Amino acid sequence: MSVPIDLPRWADTVLVPAVSVVAAFLVAGLVVLGIGENPLTATRLLLQGSLGSGEGLGFTLFYMTDFIFVGLAVAVAYHAGLFNIGGEGQATLAGLGIALTVNNLSFLPGFLLAPLGILGAAAFGAAWAAVPGYLQAKRGSHIVITTIMFNWLASVLIVYLLVNVLREPQSMNPETREFPLQSHIPFMHEVFAAFGIDIPPSQLNLTLLLALAACVAVWLLIYRSRLGYAIRVVGSSPTAAIYAGISPARVIIIAMVISGALAGGLAVNELMGYQHRLLLEFTAGYGFVGIAVALMGRAHPAGIVLASLLFGILYQGGAELAFEQPAITRDMIIVIGGIIILFAGALDGLFRRLVARLLPRPALARA
Amino acid sequence: MDVTSFITILDSALRLSIPLLAACLAGLWSERAGVVDIGLEGKMLVAAFAAAAAAHAFDSAWIGLFAGLGASVAFALVHGFASISQRGNQIVSGVAINMLAAGLTAIVGNAWYGQGGRTPPLEGEQRFGDAILGHSALVFFALLAVPLTAFVLGRTRSGLRLRAVGENPAAVDTAGISVTGLRYAAVIIGGVLCGLAGTYLSVAQSAGFLPNMTAGKGFIALAALIFAKWRAWPALGACFLFGLLDAISIRLQGIVLPGIGEVPVQAIQALPYLMTVILLAGVIGRATPPRASGIPYVKER
Repeated sequence: MSVPIDLPRWADTVLVPAVSVVAAFLVAGLVVLGIGENPLTATRLLLQGSLGSGEGLGFTLFYMTDFIFVGLAVAVAYHAGLFNIGGEGQATLAGLGIALTVNNLSFLPGFLLAPLGILGAAAFGAAWAAVPGYLQAKRGSHIVITTIMFNWLASVLIVYLLVNVLREPQSMNPETREFPLQSHIPFMHEVFAAFGIDIPPSQLNLTLLLALAACVAVWLLIYRSRLGYAIRVVGSSPTAAIYAGISPARVIIIAMVISGALAGGLAVNELMGYQHRLLLEFTAGYGFVGIAVALMGRAHPAGIVLASLLFGILYQGGAELAFEQPAITRDMIIVIGGIIILFAGALDGLFRRLVARLLPRPALARA
Repeated sequence: MDVTSFITILDSALRLSIPLLAACLAGLWSERAGVVDIGLEGKMLVAAFAAAAAAHAFDSAWIGLFAGLGASVAFALVHGFASISQRGNQIVSGVAINMLAAGLTAIVGNAWYGQGGRTPPLEGEQRFGDAILGHSALVFFALLAVPLTAFVLGRTRSGLRLRAVGENPAAVDTAGISVTGLRYAAVIIGGVLCGLAGTYLSVAQSAGFLPNMTAGKGFIALAALIFAKWRAWPALGACFLFGLLDAISIRLQGIVLPGIGEVPVQAIQALPYLMTVILLAGVIGRATPPRASGIPYVKER
């Protein structure tokens, strides 16, 4: 137990997360059994609802877009040895950034306004993450606690602004007016229709492409750039970083800025792509699911895409399931997310030992 | 403002600070032994649900209390297993506890009662009444926990050992005392106190469980813990201060103060979080956590 377990690379990156996810689903199945429903029926309904129709698939990919952004946000900070659990707050502020940008510059044409809105999201998300980053780097305040506090500060701030400042005077709902039409990110079915292809309408919009581009960019950043190298060095050993002439404080702040900007992508997908206005609680706990996504995806962009797809299936399928079997509400997904975080994150060592015991000796010897 | 409304505010501040206090002391025990606990919120939530469900089923607030303590301790043991036995990441485990609690209470509540996750309203024997001096027994349990915590951690042998585990576990281990045992003990005491906090919410303060009824109280308790610099008596002060802020913000809703105008409720709600960030930044004093908190203990090194 004291010796670090050496696993072959494929087992470490694929098998261990897979085993912990399967275990998480078994436990979730027990919960379903416990409330008197059939887990197999539930699984069938879940898959049918998420992948069984073009419309369902569209919604699955829409949710996947959300999770890619929050997963990448957690992952980038994670590589720098930081635990950013402030994705909720950063995405909330990013939503504010979008609303302020597009509603104040509504005279601009769409090809300028939409990118500016995205930049607004990234800038506000980054700024909200930069403060905890700065406090961690320069004042030594623990990033976990400050990002938690910043989540609550963000939620209090957004309630105040939407109720007292940004709300339309004649409207009762705490939300801004609709974003100018030219700033809306086109729905995927509209884009396909422009080329004469008919796909079923859903919330899925072009932000998906932005998310996939962000995956490539993060991969290049972390594994192929000087800055990414510095981030990984600081993450594995701050003292070695100092010895190598890297300033951990600088890298920590930069990593948090990138992380916050990525979390802003959630607001882009939800608000510019679908809701088309700023409203309360649009982040819906996705920031925390991002932790599960990043842990499951081993903080690697490819893993994050797969984990996001899984959670997309869960969210969309879960909505359909809640419709068919009212006893199983969408809170089931929160439970599954929690179990995955527990298994793939906190109990990682347990599953690594389990896999090491299951593997034949030669495979271990080769590692 | 006249004397009666002043007393009313103090009274409601006390009521509002009790769950904060119990949860804050729970965090204190756990973190003083070197186990970081950001799952206070989750444990309070499961306790609130289990307590309300049991109190309703057995027509007894006391059985509710024991169910609440049991549920909270069970979750504390999961956290303990992950962070002590498996040496997992304590923050990750805490996040998992919070998510599990939020999801499970909503799902099970909905499956059992079909009222959108609420438990049926509690009445009579199913609730803790305001028995002594206009407050329920749980209020006094929580208040009593303050001198107890201060005494045990400050004046007794096991308390000193427990604090040593949070500062320098290797030294404790060398002295032949079980680090694992002490940390589990601390985590279980934390579970009991979180259970008290949760039970108070659903069975004494309110009459039944509502989905997500902790609404961030576990995190305010965490803020109070930092504010109190991980000490018991200051924890009482910090929790009462945050409870007072809460009471004032409820009181000030829609009231126009002369010279200031209407104070936005959110400004007062933001204060605990803001003050914690400022304190952690070292602008006013320093808050240094126990030295070994958050670090799993590996015997062989």
